[in-house]
Formats: sequence, structure tokens, C-alpha cells
Amino acid sequence: MAGLEDLYREIILDHYRNPRNRGELEVPPATMAEGFNPLCGDEIQVYLQVDGDVISNVRIGGQGCSISQSSASMMSTAVVGKSLDGARDVLRQFKEMMSIHEHGLEGDELAPGSDGDQPGSSGLGDLEALRGVVKFPVRIKCATLGWNTLDQALDQSGTEPTE
Amino acid sequence: MSTAATLDVAAIKAEFPLLQREVHGHPIVYLDSGATSQKPQPVLDAMDRYYAEINANVHRGAYHIAERSTTAMEDARAALARFLGAPSAEEVVFTKNATEAINLVAHSWGRTNLYEGDVVLLSMLEHHANIVPWQQLAVERGVEIRWIPVDADGCLDLTDLDALLDGVRLLAVTAASNVTGALPPIRHLADAAHAVGATVLVDASQWIPHQPTDVTAWDADFVAVTGHKMCGPTGIGALWGRRELLDAMPPFLGGGSMIRNVTLDGFTPADVPTRFEAGTQPIAEIVGWHAAIDYLTALGMEAVAAHERDLTTYALQSLTERFGEDLAIHGPASVARDGVVERGGTLSLAYRDVHPHDLSQVLDQHGVCVRAGHHCAKPLMKVLGVNATARASLYLYNDESDVDALADALADAGEFFAF
Repeated sequence: MAGLEDLYREIILDHYRNPRNRGELEVPPATMAEGFNPLCGDEIQVYLQVDGDVISNVRIGGQGCSISQSSASMMSTAVVGKSLDGARDVLRQFKEMMSIHEHGLEGDELAPGSDGDQPGSSGLGDLEALRGVVKFPVRIKCATLGWNTLDQALDQSGTEPTE
Repeated sequence: MSTAATLDVAAIKAEFPLLQREVHGHPIVYLDSGATSQKPQPVLDAMDRYYAEINANVHRGAYHIAERSTTAMEDARAALARFLGAPSAEEVVFTKNATEAINLVAHSWGRTNLYEGDVVLLSMLEHHANIVPWQQLAVERGVEIRWIPVDADGCLDLTDLDALLDGVRLLAVTAASNVTGALPPIRHLADAAHAVGATVLVDASQWIPHQPTDVTAWDADFVAVTGHKMCGPTGIGALWGRRELLDAMPPFLGGGSMIRNVTLDGFTPADVPTRFEAGTQPIAEIVGWHAAIDYLTALGMEAVAAHERDLTTYALQSLTERFGEDLAIHGPASVARDGVVERGGTLSLAYRDVHPHDLSQVLDQHGVCVRAGHHCAKPLMKVLGVNATARASLYLYNDESDVDALADALADAGEFFAF
């Protein structure tokens, strides 16, 4: 059975209590993208400052549940200092980890079998703590909200002049 | 108010197979009947029997089982009409759900009666189902939408009702809020709306499962209802409308069943209600809904309402005593004020700083099922100053032990998220 400790890992609660890179950046020069979860009303703003090809600063705004907020906080620390391509690479790995198709539903009659634990396989570091979310399919949208918003912000940064 | 019969909740619970199961090692505590109710065995049996014994399309074959299925569908229509207090079964149109019933009115009545500059008056308590169809009409037709505000208790603020009604062609209002549990005074609103010549549509989705319904006493013009919140199956609802209004309305969906004649040049629509029932209807669901209506009628809707008033009073008092300032319950603080029943058993909760999603996740570990989110009522959530709530909604099969289980789970959530 998937217990609460699978979902609310200590590092996740830490990022929820003490969110990193919280705030806003001036737009422009920064770009901002906004994401909503229409099911629950959670919202996230991602501010990206890109210098050349490198994400030099990230700020996160918005409000929501512990999973959406901590995931966005962890995302901000994972991509700051990375190149745009590097950030896209982390984004792709994270979304693969969140893909329900590879894991199935644990603990229910409808989908017996796989328990979704593949520790240490992705090189995502602290973000691995969010792997347990796939055992709670309803919460996957919470965990990916900040990342989908990052995706939009990266697209904007890639197409808009940032000088 | 007569409360001759009381509910034997233990016996009722035993008739709902799903309520016998366990979740995460706990007996299930189902507190999300505002989203959908559970189904008693007689409803499940009726649907099984329909498929096993009389499954055939209606209004088509002259053979025995086709006649039986046709009779079953029309018997259900008559039972629903009685349950609604409707003058005639021919005024009852089957739809997929209450949402489709409201859309039927918006498309068919709205597009023949509402023009640029006409006003539709809604309330801030409405579910998106009673907002978006009118907003679609506003975009298409230039219809103006006006809003009845809510007060701090999450009830309608009718202070400026007369001014709000000026020029209104349609009042569309819920009989029971799916967020605050508030019960607007429908007859009072209908009288005021009729006085200015407006038509009145009532969204009774959250009312009809819990209270005796009488569309005639309401003096409504249209009433939208759904089956799945009142012990019936999903996929079936209905629109009740005054005969003269329905008679004047063009068809909504086109297809089989809804015609009198079709030629290469065009079609003549059938009479009501079949004019609005294009295509094969969900007959098994209609039969299941009939069984749910019989089930509730046998218990007595007065007894159901009395039980829920008592249980809601217990929940408001016990939760407030146990959690004090840590727990906010949106909506009226008590069931009745000055002898008038103000709220139903829908309790939207805000517990300390715990986000409703996180709260419902911890509650789930205790087998406690509540809804987390904006409840398809975003305009109301904005007025209440929240993005989401955790909603516990009570029904006839809930008792004090369910409320106590909710309280224990809330206490555990408080410890888990204690920062």
C-alpha cells in the first residue's frame, strides 16, 4: 500500500515550508509564464532571467498544495545556472519520471503489479523524492504544474529577445 | 414540519454495497455525496433485471419485451413527475444530467427568447453548469448577465433584488449551493421574478436528493435535476418545464425519436417531451433512477431531510467544539435561523493552513472521502476568498460515526502538517 510517507517525503515538506527562489523578477528583461490547474485552482508563475544561453535567475510565484509548491521550488533549484538545453533536458527527465504509463496504479484491483520504484535510475538528484507521486495519480498534475509552466517560460525565452 | 418517520441509518447503510468496503485498512467513510451519491442494492438490481429480462429499444417494436421496456421508461417518467410535484409526466424531459437540462433551456428557449440587451440574472452561488451556458449566449447574442451577490455567510444577499431584477428576462438560480450548503428562498425569488415578467429556472441538482421537491409550490418555470446525486445511476437527468413553454420551444438535438415526420425537404418535430429526446435514451439508467425514486419515496423525503438537519447540526457543533478557530466552515453557521432552514449538509472546510488537496490526501488514508478543489464554482470561491476548499457533504446513509471519523482524520492531518 502506498502510504503518506511515499508522497510527503521529508525533502518535499522542507521545500513546502521553506520555498526556494520565491518572488518575482522584472518583466522584461525576465520572461514570465503562468500555469493553472483548472481542477483545483492551483496557480504558479515562473519568472526566468536568461543571459545568453544560461538561466541566471528563477523566481516562483503563486499558491497551491504542498506537492505543487514544493515541486516548483525544487524545479527552480534544479534549473538555475543551467543552459536552456540543459533545463529542457531536466524537464524531459522529470516528465518521464511522472509518466503514469510506465508505472501503473499501485494497490488497486484495477492495475495489479508494478509498484513504480526504480530508485536512482535517472540522475535527477533531489527530484527523485517526487517519484512517489506517481503512486497517487490524481496528484501528478500537482507535481507537473510548475514544470509545464517552466516549459512555457523556456519557449518564451527561446523566441523572444531578452536584451 | 412533520417528522413522523425517522431513518434507520444502520439498515440503510447495509443496503449500499460500496459502503461495506474498506479503503487503506479502514471502513470507508463516504462524505462526497455532493459530487455523486452511492447506489443502494435495489437500484443495481433494477438495472441488472432490465438488461437480463426486458432490454429492447423503446417506442419501436410491437413485441413483448419492447412493450415492457417502453412501459418501464414511461413509468419512470411518471414516477419522476410525482417526485417533483409536476402536474404532468409529459412536462418531464429526460436528459443526460442537469448540465444538459440547463443547456437545453439555453439553446432552445434562450435562442428563441433572448436577444441583445436582454438580462439574465444569476446568483454568485451557481455551479459552472448554470453559468457557462448563459455566458455562451452572452457572447453569441449580446445578452447581459447580472449577479445576485452573496453575504458573509455564503447566502444570497437579496437587499437589492428589486434593482437587480429590472429588465430581467430570465432568473436562473440554484436551490442549494454545492459549496456553502445555502438554500436560497426559491418561492420568494420566483414571485419577485414573475412580477417583472421574467422566466425562472431552478438548478435543483443539490436540492432534490435531500428535500421534498414541489415545482408547483416553487412556482418555477424550468427545473433541472440529475439522477446520480439521489441514489440513481450516472448518465441520466431531466428537465421539468411548464407545458406551454416546452410546447413553444424548438428541438435541441436532432435525430431519431424527436420527429413526427421526415421528408427530403425537412422534418416536423414530435410533441413534447420526445421532441427533446433525440436518439436512444439511456433506458437502463432511467429504470435505475426509477428504483432510486421508489427507494427515497419509501423512506420518505421528509424523514431524509430531518435526518440530514440533525446530522448537519451535530457536525457543525462537534467540529466547532473540537477544532475552534483552527477550522473554518464556509456557509451558514447553523442549520436554521429564525425558524427558517438556511443550509443543507454541505460543509466546505478550511483547516489551519493545510491545503485542501493535502487535507483530502491525509483523510483518504483514514478511508474518509471528501472533495478538494473549487467545486466548479470559481466565482463563488473568489467571493469567499479561497482558491479551494475541502468539502464534506452528508447524505441519508451518513451518521454521527462518519462525522467523528472525519474529525479524527482532521486531527491527524493537523499533526502531519504541523509546522
